[in-house]
Amino acid sequence: MSEIAQMDLNPRGAVKSESPLAMTRVNVVLAASARDAGVVVREKPFLGHLVLRGRAEDEAFRAGVERVLGLALPLALGPVARDEARGVSLQWMSPDEWLIVVPAGLEFDAEAALRRELTGHYAVMNTSGGQTVLELTGPKVRELLMKCTPYDVHPRAFPVGKGVSSVFAKSSAVIRRVDEERWELVIRRSFADYLYRWILDAAEEFGVFVSPSESAGSVEHRMAREAAVEGR
Amino acid sequence: MLHIYCPHCAETREEEEFRPKGEAHIARPVEPEATSDEDWGNYLFFRKNPRGLHHELWYHAAGCRKFFNVTRDTVSYQIHETYKVGQKPSVTADKGAAK
Ligand SMILES: [Zn+2]
Repeated sequence: MSEIAQMDLNPRGAVKSESPLAMTRVNVVLAASARDAGVVVREKPFLGHLVLRGRAEDEAFRAGVERVLGLALPLALGPVARDEARGVSLQWMSPDEWLIVVPAGLEFDAEAALRRELTGHYAVMNTSGGQTVLELTGPKVRELLMKCTPYDVHPRAFPVGKGVSSVFAKSSAVIRRVDEERWELVIRRSFADYLYRWILDAAEEFGVFVSPSESAGSVEHRMAREAAVEGR
Repeated sequence: MLHIYCPHCAETREEEEFRPKGEAHIARPVEPEATSDEDWGNYLFFRKNPRGLHHELWYHAAGCRKFFNVTRDTVSYQIHETYKVGQKPSVTADKGAAK
């Protein structure tokens, strides 16, 4: 008989066990409808995302951006410049960096127009393939966000219109408050799967409903792109 | 948790958003080829590690992704000030803060 202590790894009694692949399954109980849910999750896929770099103190740069986007360049952290009707937004990310979001298929034209109008020291990068937007609506979204980010989402610190970049679920996200109960997350492609499952899991206690995307799937996206190209 | 004021975002944010990057105000030798091995070694590897006031470089990793300086007491962890790269600290060991 050896002196080695052996442990039985199978617990006696009912203890929940999870396979290493347990997290690859979304096994969240969804609410019956958006009306029953505290949080409604909806992806806004295939939007045009452009990262703009430039010198905020350069008057010609600011004027050029405003001519192209019809929005004044925000010069500090705070409200996201936004034209809801045209689906265009412009967010301060850093003293020399902004995030532009335009409707699906319009990113090529937006980038071309910026390159036409801007001179001097600037850069435009199309990052549409690298990130996506999740829209969260409902009376419990703020409580959900409190579980996900150390940023203060109380209205005192996070009024309607504001956008920030912060830690989110041990990853990161751009968090934007569009309305009283409507928020947007801009998330990276490589974290999208993980963050989506995190959000569903965290929102389950409030009742969560996944709403179909406006332009779900690639067919509509292609049609939007073709329409944009035809109009060019 | 430290609350750190980012001079670029102009907001006090959670420590979790930041990364410490060691001692601040380390000037790279202007002429590396003409620098002695000892001076180059000091520049690359040797740091102050004081007990008390320390000027540090921090990075706002999850926010604006800019670097800035922090004057922090390594004993109490109290942050006395934060300021942009290129600026000078106003709180230093020789003036202010009784040893
Ligand atoms: Zn910052």
